[in-house]
Amino acid sequence: MTLEILQNYWWLIISILGALLVFLLFVQGGQSMLFGEKDATQSTLMISSLGRKWELTFTTLVTFGGAFFASFPLFYSTSFGGAYWLWMLILFSFVIQAISYEYRTKKGNVYGTRFYDALLFVNGVLGPLLLGVAVGSMFFGNEFCVTKNKILDVEAATISTWGPLHGLEAIACWKNLVFGVMVLFLARTLASLYFINNIDDETLHSQQLKQLMVNGGVFVLTFVVSAALILTSGGVDTQNGAAQWTDYKYLHNFIDMWWCLIVLLAGVVLALWGIAKTLLTKAKWNKGIWAVGTGAVLVVLSLFWVLGYNDTAFYPSLLDVNSSLTIRNSSSSQFTLQVMSVVSLLVPFVLAYIAYVWRAMDSQKITEKEIRY
Amino acid sequence: MEELTNVVDWSRAQFALTAIYHWLFVPLTLGLGVIVAIMETIFYRTRDEKWLATTKFWMTLFGVNFAIGVATGIILEFEFGTNWSNYSWFVGDIFGAPLAVEGILAFFMESTFIAVMFFGWNRVSPKFHLAATWLTAIGASISAYWILVANAWMQDPVGCTFNPETMRNEMTSFWTVATSPMALSKVLHTVLSAWTLAGVFVVGVSGWMLLRKRNADHCFRSLKVGAWVGFIGIVLTSISGDTSAVTVAERQPMKLAAMEGLYKGQHGQEIVAFGILNPAKTVDNDEDPYLMKIAIPYGLSILANHDPQSFVPGVNDIINGISMDRDGNAINTVSYAERMKRGKMAKEAVAAHHVAVQMGDKTAMAEASKAIEANYPYFGYGYLNTPQEAVPNIPLTFYTFHLMVTVGGYLMVFMLLALVFAYKRQLLEKARWAKWWHMLAIATIPLTYLCSACGWIVAEVGRQPWTIQDLMPNKVAISDLSAGYVQITFWVFAFIFTALLIADVSIIMKQIAEKSKQNLDTVKH
Repeated sequence: MTLEILQNYWWLIISILGALLVFLLFVQGGQSMLFGEKDATQSTLMISSLGRKWELTFTTLVTFGGAFFASFPLFYSTSFGGAYWLWMLILFSFVIQAISYEYRTKKGNVYGTRFYDALLFVNGVLGPLLLGVAVGSMFFGNEFCVTKNKILDVEAATISTWGPLHGLEAIACWKNLVFGVMVLFLARTLASLYFINNIDDETLHSQQLKQLMVNGGVFVLTFVVSAALILTSGGVDTQNGAAQWTDYKYLHNFIDMWWCLIVLLAGVVLALWGIAKTLLTKAKWNKGIWAVGTGAVLVVLSLFWVLGYNDTAFYPSLLDVNSSLTIRNSSSSQFTLQVMSVVSLLVPFVLAYIAYVWRAMDSQKITEKEIRY
Repeated sequence: MEELTNVVDWSRAQFALTAIYHWLFVPLTLGLGVIVAIMETIFYRTRDEKWLATTKFWMTLFGVNFAIGVATGIILEFEFGTNWSNYSWFVGDIFGAPLAVEGILAFFMESTFIAVMFFGWNRVSPKFHLAATWLTAIGASISAYWILVANAWMQDPVGCTFNPETMRNEMTSFWTVATSPMALSKVLHTVLSAWTLAGVFVVGVSGWMLLRKRNADHCFRSLKVGAWVGFIGIVLTSISGDTSAVTVAERQPMKLAAMEGLYKGQHGQEIVAFGILNPAKTVDNDEDPYLMKIAIPYGLSILANHDPQSFVPGVNDIINGISMDRDGNAINTVSYAERMKRGKMAKEAVAAHHVAVQMGDKTAMAEASKAIEANYPYFGYGYLNTPQEAVPNIPLTFYTFHLMVTVGGYLMVFMLLALVFAYKRQLLEKARWAKWWHMLAIATIPLTYLCSACGWIVAEVGRQPWTIQDLMPNKVAISDLSAGYVQITFWVFAFIFTALLIADVSIIMKQIAEKSKQNLDTVKH
């Protein structure tokens, strides 16, 4: 396989991992609802349900990072070292999540159950919001420069340099924040649908329908604004060898890659249909998580594709257009991508056993009786 | 330059802090996972409810420990990017692959099946549950394998070549990276030491319960499995430690010299069993390296080369270009001064190659490539100002190595006795000295953690100043950050991880105290 094919393939793998991560953020969405929940039984049901899935989200995030490192190390080097505060805040929010499920009700946990629930809430809000900001900045640009031969200069050897705010400016950018809010409310929408699917409880079901209406509404609104921002935004084009800012780059990408547009539209229709059917069907319909989840996966896939394919810089630099990262100039070598491609053949097997276990574990719905027992 | 030093120091401190905290929890996960899986296997085969109760007791502790291991682990992976961004580019082509494989093969296995392990008792068949428990334990070990392969590669960068066009190292053989002698000995030594630690943990906790005369049957069930795993662990750790020493002697002779505080080596080199270093000794003076020592003749030669007459070089020998060959003979190699010169030549050739590429001058490119090829093994030395910069912190390496070996020797005896006592129940229940044994078992738990941490300090401090042996010193590997930023995150990590550690220890102690009061011969509790 040629290097170009391998680069395209690995961007596809990254897209799939990113899309699955967004779907699995329903865990964080659910956690963000815990603070408003005053009924202890409902709260316990929700945490118990999420507690059986949080590791999957966490693992997908870690694998997403590892795969990015292996396939596009210059992105790993530039973004993580540059947008230091953005990534550190994301990491801190996931560190405090990892212990909370296990520790919250254990005797001797020192800080009390409410403390750990607060940590889950913080992760529930900050996780999706800041991951959204990070992805948003991939569309709207970041302030960095890459000079590879600086590595020969012992006094200032760092090849990727960033503005003094080191990621805080990305959080302060309103376009990125809109993107982040969209991801947060998508996560909350998915969480409501997940609870409806996973928990057999009348009170919780009706509560989550109300939540779905609000969260789904905010999500649709922010999605429309984000889509408008992306479609009207410029991007870095590298078609003729030289990098240059091009107006409406992502809109052009959707037109050039019509199949991306179809995937996007299919995702949007599926997500809207899933939300609408859950809300409007009088007989309980609990399959909405799969419809909206699949829709979300399709939408994220299409966004990653317009971000990385068609001679586009997936990490545009606002300071030096030639420093912008593309899947061509930031990838690993052909040999490494080939080796990793062989490893990636195991991904379907991994997905299969995850699906098998998920099905086995969720064949019985969680009930209030089980929680009390 | 001072700011640069500060950033390097704080970045190193932050990585050391997070790694040490992470390693407090990982070995128990690795070893206890195996112990719990063995216990559940016995339950599955015998259907004896007592074994189910014992399995669940240790599984609870495993869960508490696992969670904090996960929490502290995520930071480490991303820190390569956040704090060592140059490193991420310079060797990401090789180093990223094991991390990605770890995620795909190991993390998903662990995270999927641990949910079955804890929530699946009434949802899946006993056979499926047992498989899930084993897969969680195996997943943890696979994870350890890949991350240790990555670490070993930093100590012995094999299976790669430098590409001057991309200005980075690129992988040429994944097999060589994944199965290098350094990787295999490191994996065995580390994973098996984790079995030892978990064995000691089980023996120690059981000892505490026996001291309070609680659930003696459960304790002896636990002791049998824990002592066997711990004993096998310490025996194999010792054997793999010997292999590690040979690999270090060959690939990182400076580290071996630092481990022994050896400045001037000789044929038939003794090993210091116990010693106090002379603080006044440096590579530049002729002071005696030790204030006092108890040495074993020929010991270091045997350890390094399995030959009592072989030559082992000291710090000054290595700086002056004297080393040993595979047969244990003293040979002249390249001095550090010469390495620095050739490292600078390699850097200049890379710069010349860069210019030649821009100019499209193929002749100049070929010349530069030739110069790079000839001098690249010493590339990292081109960043050093003095040969002394390439000498690690000798006192820290020396004392931690000797503490590790001393405690390791003690653990060999301790685990052997624990194994005997596990099958001599009457002896342990009636002997007057039994309570002292139990107290010793409890005290051995923190001692084993200390031993484990010392092992990592030897491995990491002993290879300084290199992030990648001979190719990239720490000061070149860092991100473009201010020291103040890294200080802030350092203290935040220190605060959060300490708070979590307090909660972790408190929960584990409370769980042991509470559950030990229940009847652990039945699951109806």
